[in-house]
Amino acid sequence: MDPIIATFIEDNIVPKFNYWIYVILMMIGLYAMITKNNLMKKLIGMAIFQTAIILFYVSIGVKDTAGIPIISHHGSEHHQGATVHSESGSSSEEVSPVKVKNNTIDKDKYANPLPHVLMLTAIVVGVSTLGLALAISQKIFKSFGTLEEDEILNKLRPGSQ
Amino acid sequence: MTEHFPVLILLVPLFGALIVVLLGKERPNQCWMTSLISLGISSIISLFTVVAVLADKFQTIRYRMGGWPESNGYEVGIELRVDILAALVVFAVTFVGFVNTIYSKTRAEAEVQDKVSFFYALIQLLIVGLCGIVMTNDAFNLYVLIEITSLTSYALIAMGNRRAALSSFNYVIMGTIGASFYLLGVGYLYIKTGTLNIDDIRMVLGNNNLWEHQSIIVAFIFIMLGVWTKMAFFPLHGWLPNAYAYAPSMTGTFMAPLMTKVMVYVMIRVMVWLFGNEFVYSGQHVWGELVIWMSVIAIVAGSLLALARTDIKKMLTYLIVAEVGYMVGGAWLGNVTGQAGAFYHILSDAAMTFCLFIAASIIVLRVGDSRVNAFDNLFRKMPLTMIGFTVGALSMIGLPPTCGFFSKWYLISGGIEAGQWEYVCALIFSSLVNAVIFFRIFERAYFGQITEVKEDFVPFDSDANPETAIKEVPWSMLFPLFIASGFVLLVGIMNRTLFEWIQTALKMVNT
Repeated sequence: MDPIIATFIEDNIVPKFNYWIYVILMMIGLYAMITKNNLMKKLIGMAIFQTAIILFYVSIGVKDTAGIPIISHHGSEHHQGATVHSESGSSSEEVSPVKVKNNTIDKDKYANPLPHVLMLTAIVVGVSTLGLALAISQKIFKSFGTLEEDEILNKLRPGSQ
Repeated sequence: MTEHFPVLILLVPLFGALIVVLLGKERPNQCWMTSLISLGISSIISLFTVVAVLADKFQTIRYRMGGWPESNGYEVGIELRVDILAALVVFAVTFVGFVNTIYSKTRAEAEVQDKVSFFYALIQLLIVGLCGIVMTNDAFNLYVLIEITSLTSYALIAMGNRRAALSSFNYVIMGTIGASFYLLGVGYLYIKTGTLNIDDIRMVLGNNNLWEHQSIIVAFIFIMLGVWTKMAFFPLHGWLPNAYAYAPSMTGTFMAPLMTKVMVYVMIRVMVWLFGNEFVYSGQHVWGELVIWMSVIAIVAGSLLALARTDIKKMLTYLIVAEVGYMVGGAWLGNVTGQAGAFYHILSDAAMTFCLFIAASIIVLRVGDSRVNAFDNLFRKMPLTMIGFTVGALSMIGLPPTCGFFSKWYLISGGIEAGQWEYVCALIFSSLVNAVIFFRIFERAYFGQITEVKEDFVPFDSDANPETAIKEVPWSMLFPLFIASGFVLLVGIMNRTLFEWIQTALKMVNT
């Protein structure tokens, strides 16, 4: 392979893989929403579009060395850490709950939870939008007998019925 | 008690909506009464909030939801923030909602039959969402509230006929693209600043001098695109005319005055509070001139498209597209006069669009035809309705003492101050086109004679004779029209006071 392309892939694509995927997914969704003739395909595009943004947000919170962001209680710190250790074996260092030492939190030890929490809300919003859009398309199907946009527009043209 | 006003404005209609759903469709009168009371309480509280802010020398009211304290100088929880601008818009939203509920009394039972309770529940949720958008100080919370208003409005529009369902579907697609772009913009801001509170983002951007960073510029462009889609700024306006024209009439009268205006408020807030004037108006970016030219195109195209329509509701919806152009242009002029003019236009446009939409709905209801050609001799048959319509129309054209004259005056003086002559010309052109549009209707309504009776004429009452069927509507529909036209005049007469309040608030943020 050409060394320029190889370095480009190494520098720009591999470390930012999630972001490339998010852009590609978003473009697929946008393309489907704008160009597809079938209303159901438009909705599928909409779902892909929203999922792409969720992927983007979740990628923000990732850190190389981080585990689950659960803070154990101050008082029973030792006790809880020990139980987790014994339950999940020796390789549990990465997923063990983050310990609070001297009231400060080692921020490299756990993933940023905020984008994940935001995306819980965004998923709820996305599901309700999709549900509402499906209900509306059902109403459209009942009154027009089709979900193809051009056929619907033909039926709406004056003089066709 | 006073400190809880911001959250009470939201909670009263929220619980009202729940009660209305529980009451169910068998009790339409109780549903109507409940939503009337809850919106009445909400608008009284928001009026008190306006008074409280004024009494406290424009001091901003801040309310931490759930009482989360700040940590290390950053807000942790969601914050509500009410200054005089927010208080005025919240009052406009709740009061229009209240008056529109009076208007809905007869129409809701006729137009959505067995869904009356859902109609009242959704309209109250819509008001909760709109007030939340105006008051919240959290960028992500703003996204959620935008989606709440959008979801309720999709459902409200889809309650109409089969064309309404199709327009609602298009609105879903466009609205989702808009809201997702806004969400992406917030994501980029969060990456760079690590906070979601609007004031904190501004502080972090300023302290670390991140203004020229690529992510911030991308975030700004994404947020602007999203907000423009939601407010139907000209090339992105495709969803608006059909959605508002085919929606049930009492839905159209509420959404047309408020939805786009609240999004204009969001745009001004993002520009002034989130990014700041130095960033938005700095000469380094090409967008200043570009957006002014886009708004010029929006004004001219909206006016011409309205001129080409013979259907009165379609015509009014295209006028909304032109009015959005006024406000975007005014906000981007780059001086406080333009910003304050755009803001004053939010209030005055809400009043006059409300007035015109109620009048148009009443006329279409009685005449049974939405085409302007059918409005012969209306001044004799429905004099009271036409008085209301005339007040709204004169305000749209821009004749004193209606509010439309003063908002155009302030926008034009802002344009002259900034030296943007193309914008000034577009405003005057739009005024002239509006004069042609509305005097065409006045001419028919004053001097036209009925020449033929339409065959498929469906009168409102059982009274089948079209000569006598076109008459005044009951007071429950005329009263809201008169309140609306009264507000058109009131906002116009109070223009100096209102404009000074707005200017004071905008100057407080800029210093």
